[in-house]
Amino acid sequence: MTWLVPLPVVVPLVAAGLALAVSRRSRAQGIISVAAVSTVLAVAVALIFLTHTAGPQVVDVGDWAAPVGIALVADRLSALMLVVSALVILGVLAYSLAQGLADGNDGAPVAIYHPTYLVLAAGVSMAFLSGDLFNLYVGFEILLAASFVLLTLGGTGERIRAGSIYVVVSLLSSVLFLVSIALIYAATGTLNLAQLAERLPEVDSGIRLLLQIMLLLGFAIKAAVFPLSAWLPDSYPTAPAPVTAVFAGLLTKVGVYAIIRAQTLLFTDGVLDDVLLVAAIATMLVGIIGAVAQEDIKRLLSFTLVSHIGYMIFGISLASDTGLSASIFYIVHHITVQTALFLIAGLVERRGGTTSLEELGSLAKVAPALGAVFFLSAMNLAGIPPMSGFLGKIGLLQAGIQTGSGLALVGVGTGLLTSLLTLYAVIKAWNKAFWQEAPQPLPDTRVPRTMFGPAAVIASVGVLIAVIGGPLYHYTDDAARDLRARTPYIEAVLVHGDRGAGQSSDAAGGDG
Amino acid sequence: MNIEMSPSLALVLVVGVLVGTGVYLLLERSLSRVIVGITLISNGVNVLFLIAGGAAGGPPLIGATDPGEMSDPLPQAMVLTAIVINLGLTAFVLAMAYRSWQLHGHDEVQDDLEDRRIARRAALREADSRADDVGTDLQTEAAEARDETEEAPAGTPEAHTPEDHGGPITGGDR
Repeated sequence: MTWLVPLPVVVPLVAAGLALAVSRRSRAQGIISVAAVSTVLAVAVALIFLTHTAGPQVVDVGDWAAPVGIALVADRLSALMLVVSALVILGVLAYSLAQGLADGNDGAPVAIYHPTYLVLAAGVSMAFLSGDLFNLYVGFEILLAASFVLLTLGGTGERIRAGSIYVVVSLLSSVLFLVSIALIYAATGTLNLAQLAERLPEVDSGIRLLLQIMLLLGFAIKAAVFPLSAWLPDSYPTAPAPVTAVFAGLLTKVGVYAIIRAQTLLFTDGVLDDVLLVAAIATMLVGIIGAVAQEDIKRLLSFTLVSHIGYMIFGISLASDTGLSASIFYIVHHITVQTALFLIAGLVERRGGTTSLEELGSLAKVAPALGAVFFLSAMNLAGIPPMSGFLGKIGLLQAGIQTGSGLALVGVGTGLLTSLLTLYAVIKAWNKAFWQEAPQPLPDTRVPRTMFGPAAVIASVGVLIAVIGGPLYHYTDDAARDLRARTPYIEAVLVHGDRGAGQSSDAAGGDG
Repeated sequence: MNIEMSPSLALVLVVGVLVGTGVYLLLERSLSRVIVGITLISNGVNVLFLIAGGAAGGPPLIGATDPGEMSDPLPQAMVLTAIVINLGLTAFVLAMAYRSWQLHGHDEVQDDLEDRRIARRAALREADSRADDVGTDLQTEAAEARDETEEAPAGTPEAHTPEDHGGPITGGDR
């Protein structure tokens, strides 16, 4: 069944080509996109069962044995990330299709929207599946290039302004990543993650620390970890609502995923754990203080996004099974809830004509369903029991207390404070946009049901994760144990000790 | 097999100069200089890959060279990939710089909203020591706030309006 593994990358890429070929017929494009992303979702669900029962699934691309050829690996973590990302991508796609129908598709350059969106999906899948550092870089570049196009869609002045900052910062992080790849290759002679896991411990500890710092810097820019997060709240809010939603849900999480891989598979001596912990604490605090000061709902959400990245980094930096497991759980929760909130913000903008909290008001009266969904998601983000945000946070706090070091306890305290401030920030938004009397009459429009549907579905998935919280926590526990044990991953890739299962003759021991 | 791994000083110097000048240009405000900077940095990193591949040998073709004397083909393949990616992204940034010139008559990266807001509040505070303008919203402030890039110097072409294929697009649509 390993033939399933490349499909999440191949299907969207092929579909992107098809969608570009029929660029004049938006209905055909929509059908192609939905079919492709649904296929990815089905494959991802199949992979999650497969990896859970039969261990990591590995494909040696082109049948070249692993250290020489490129390996695509789906382990528990990758499969879970694939399922959640495919779900979110499908939901946002449905939302943007409905938006296209509602707006009549006039005046917007939709022809490139679907192909680019599919390329983004392929890039995200590739980043999750890659078993090779350079292939991970290529995956990042694919999703970044697609995100550049999506962010500057239409080329208005504001989007070009925000886009130039985003593009330059992203290029810088890619260069850092590329430099670390070159240095790692020079130090070890391989880029296969499994082989790196075996060889990096033999590298001199000073050099290893340098490699780790370079790699984490590149990933931390992508994940928006303070102090490398300033680009995010400035660039995301200007993009169209569905684009912001999918960026907020997925792109930063790809960075977090890469940090998890680096910290669990490649660099296990834990020298930078305390640094990451401090960065996590700073990210939580700075992000949420920024959010409290905002008067624009999209910017407010962008700052909470930065702040909650801190929770995930906190779990990773604890370097324990429970911390990592809670971190993975939190990623799943946060992808869904943050995407839902940005989609709802798009609907608020449609209904109220603005995203400024100073001008909005009385939305709970004119759009009660929207109000209910926003309220649920906001409470979920703040971590009110019994929703999934609460389960994620309680897991992280538990792990922090288990670790018991002074710094970890500070992290626990900061986590609680951040949760409280998140509640304050979202309740402020709820009061101003939904509860208070509007300062001026709202425009007389209606939110199309077809757009509300996907947003409501993603929001309820975010809440309902709590229902499967027990099984999901079991799954993330297993995933975290696998990650920290490292042997399941390495043995799955390098089945014959030093080489993979491919047919290529004379792999020469993988000396590169 | 004894492999010579100490890199050539000339190559290291080339990397240093390319990346150094690239970083300098990256810090400029004009997007076209930023592009040149990024290109220089990426080329510096490409040379770094050559260093990572170890000492140069014969062409890595089976039959043409003894395997012991081949140069490492993997970094070359990676450099090729990196060059292609960089070409595509440079083209995109160039297009973005051109669009910026179309819209504003220059291609300079503008201050972000928060910076402009802070600058405006500081100016207000200086003006009448009273800066509690909480009532205004971000869009109004953004429209009113000026930064140094917005004063179009004389002689630059006038800002074009968005053409019809771009459409008058506001924040909510796509």
